[in-house]
Amino acid sequence: MLMHDHAHDNELSDQEARVRALETILVEKDLVDPGAIDAIIETYSEKVGPQNGAKVVARAWSDPAFAKALKADAMTTIESMGFKGRQAEHMEVLWNGGGVHNLVVCTLCSCYPWAVLGLPPVWYKSAPYRARAVSEPRAVLAEFGVELPEETRVKVWDSTAEVRYLVIPERPEGTEGWSEDDLAVLVSRESMIGTGLARSPGA
Amino acid sequence: MNGPQDLGGRAGFGPVLIEQDEPIFHADWEGRVLGLTLCSGVLGHWNLDESRHARECLPHTFYLSGSYYDIWLTALETLLARHGEVSAAERAQGKALAPGLRPERKLDAAAVFGVLSKGGPVDRSVTAEEGFKVGDRVKTRRGSMKGHTRLPSYAMGREGVVTGVRGFHVYPDSSARGTGEAPCWLYGVTFTGEELWGEGAEPGTEVTIDAFEPYLDHA
Repeated sequence: MLMHDHAHDNELSDQEARVRALETILVEKDLVDPGAIDAIIETYSEKVGPQNGAKVVARAWSDPAFAKALKADAMTTIESMGFKGRQAEHMEVLWNGGGVHNLVVCTLCSCYPWAVLGLPPVWYKSAPYRARAVSEPRAVLAEFGVELPEETRVKVWDSTAEVRYLVIPERPEGTEGWSEDDLAVLVSRESMIGTGLARSPGA
Repeated sequence: MNGPQDLGGRAGFGPVLIEQDEPIFHADWEGRVLGLTLCSGVLGHWNLDESRHARECLPHTFYLSGSYYDIWLTALETLLARHGEVSAAERAQGKALAPGLRPERKLDAAAVFGVLSKGGPVDRSVTAEEGFKVGDRVKTRRGSMKGHTRLPSYAMGREGVVTGVRGFHVYPDSSARGTGEAPCWLYGVTFTGEELWGEGAEPGTEVTIDAFEPYLDHA
């Protein structure tokens, strides 16, 4: 049912009531284990998130052999760090730098590399971002506070199949000799989608 | 289909609203919807492409005004009813009126991490030669305005260049209809901003889509 026009005699929102009913029925039918739902929520709340992608980026910045492997075979190289599975079954990495800035979108739904970035933020799934990232990426970037030089080429990647994209932002200046753990702190979620840059030291 | 999900290039949605320090879920029910959607998918009644198509078949007004988890919830209700697992009458009464069809496939809590880590790869054994190679100029077809397709309407009937060969993947247009996986080659195809948006395009921009071979002709 899409819309109710009757009043509810309790304080649950429409969605809360529908979700509760659906879960109750599926559990009664022995089709869903509520503990499995808890485990899924826990996985994406605590274990799988942008901290995973940040580790990939930090290693790509500091380990030339790893960066080379990532360029040659993104999928296997990311899996070697233990990040794999749902919504990252086929991975490509996009390198910022050399006058190129990459930006990732899914205009048709909400495709996003879960295994390295976790669940997508609301803005990524929203109509304004999905509509405009392809047609006016520079204007969208400006709304995120990213102003690029005119000569920088903006490459937009629309995730229209099961390939998922991870942006490797440019390494900030003044981080020579930093450890991977310290570098990872500079890697924001937005910088791995392309709507942000890596943070500068002290910023 | 050029339904409510086909948003690329549409005007009038205003600025991107960015929430600082956004929580992973904005309400408990959102997490339950995520879990219910994944657990129900494991029952194997439908595939990824059919579930996407169920979401894009929702009414435009609902799709564009609802939260994304409400879109998922409503599509899940549709899919469970379509495949005979949960009827509208059961939802209305909030209780089971008939036994489940596939309890033997239930995802146990202990198996969650393994299932999520395994994912659902869509590459298949190659059974055809590549029809295109990197550097080829191609023109996209008009595509399907009704059935499920992953060719966005902004990129229909446009000329671009093959810039990558991604693999031999399940063809969603067939898979969503339940007419088989019909795997085919998948390419990265790059278009200039001018080709897609005309003279008003922002300078120095390009868009790459992942395009299945049936979407393409040599230009």
